[in-house]
Amino acid sequence: MTTREDAVINRRGLIKGSSALAAAFGPLQALADTVTLPIGNGERPIVKYPQKRPMIGLTSRPPQLETPFSVFNEGAITPNDAFFVRYHLAGLPLDIDPDTFTVEIKGKVNKPLKLKLADLKRMPSVDIVAVNQCSGNSRGFFEPRVPGGQSGNGAMGNARWRGVPLKAVLDQAGVQAGVKQVTFNGMDGPVLETTPDFVKALDIDHARDGEVMLAYQMNGADLPFLNGFPLRLVVPGYYGTYWVKHLNEVTVIDTVFDNFWMKSAYRIPDNDCHCVEPGTAPKATVPINRFDVRSFITSVADGAKVKAGELTLKGIAFDGGSGIKEVAVSTDDGKSWTPAKLGQDLGRYSFREWQLPVKLAAGAHVLKARATSNKGETQPATASWNPAGYMRNVIEAVHVTAG
Amino acid sequence: MNRFALVGLLVAGSAAIALPVSAKPLNYDLPEETATLKPGPNLDVVQGNCGACHSSDYIQTQPRGPKFKKDFWQAEVTKMIKVYGAPIKEEDVPKIVDYLSVTY
Repeated sequence: MTTREDAVINRRGLIKGSSALAAAFGPLQALADTVTLPIGNGERPIVKYPQKRPMIGLTSRPPQLETPFSVFNEGAITPNDAFFVRYHLAGLPLDIDPDTFTVEIKGKVNKPLKLKLADLKRMPSVDIVAVNQCSGNSRGFFEPRVPGGQSGNGAMGNARWRGVPLKAVLDQAGVQAGVKQVTFNGMDGPVLETTPDFVKALDIDHARDGEVMLAYQMNGADLPFLNGFPLRLVVPGYYGTYWVKHLNEVTVIDTVFDNFWMKSAYRIPDNDCHCVEPGTAPKATVPINRFDVRSFITSVADGAKVKAGELTLKGIAFDGGSGIKEVAVSTDDGKSWTPAKLGQDLGRYSFREWQLPVKLAAGAHVLKARATSNKGETQPATASWNPAGYMRNVIEAVHVTAG
Repeated sequence: MNRFALVGLLVAGSAAIALPVSAKPLNYDLPEETATLKPGPNLDVVQGNCGACHSSDYIQTQPRGPKFKKDFWQAEVTKMIKVYGAPIKEEDVPKIVDYLSVTY
């Protein structure tokens, strides 16, 4: 059986270094072994991990896997086996018994708890459809380039998460007066004792907003191991750095947590654009927080050849939780814009599908999509820059040739 | 190739089916690491130090070009020592930076 693989998957050596020919190939008969992202030094292996379909491999220890972009054209929900993977530290908890697994709720609480998965599953559950996106999704497109994981646009995904509100377990434990934050630690950890363990923090009001969730299910199934089995934090609208995987320690504290992962890493310039002049350092920073607004054309790949005439463009849009108000589409490199028809509303944290029939005369065209959120934010025409390569949300250009 | 050692795993898409309260233990087998460092000066020093914590694709996938030579790699090695606590001997630092600048 042939499956629709990513439009930019290369046969090794054949179109190495070029993304322009990508869409011409159509369905592949066999698993190709590399893909070339349209960035310098962008060749990546296609890798197969247990519970995952062939994914774009960024690193192997610890694993970082990117979703082939064509997956985003298949629907608003990203299947579990195609969902991106990002770890920081190579100490992975490879053997987990969900019957004995416990998550501790401790620190400044009246009654510390040790909850088993079964305890959580007996509590009233909630569902939320929410995008998880890596802070450094699309970092590879930063210009000038910055160090870090050189992702294309596939370090994001949208799933229906099921679990219990963090608020419910915090209430059960009884949060003491005067606390400031809650920290989250997972079973994964560093190789060396000298490396700071990956622990993240949220302000107490955020932690108790009723939406932040301890999730044990994703799209109706157990979490895949690489997405945090058996329990992960879901922080709707916030970057993936807070979505701690293999979550087993929740600690209420009366200070502002200042470990490396909060105080030094995952910081953004403290200004409206979260940006600075390329090559400069920000004067002040804050912890990265909500997604900015983004949209993508998913039905045609950059560099594709299409038939001249009528064509329905499709894509997705999302923001940090106000929801998508409008997606406008341009077929003339941003000179004129036409509102697209929005698809089913799966909630304000979800991908929102959109589509628009367009006519393309023979020749070259630059297609663009531009989303506006309900709170009025829209995407910039030129890319802003920050030294860590976070939060890219420029209006993306898709170059096509109609013939 | 990968071994699959997943038991009791529910397949994605089986929404609406009630989950059993208990599931089987999960033993996850990571695929073998295949990326290797390119030959170059002091390769053994680089393998011994960098390879302790991460695979070599962390190095290979970084941006390339004239702006990503000595200063870039010096900053990366310094970050590994200061931020991630890598116990790299002082005399090894220039060797690692040299290898990375020349080879990538």
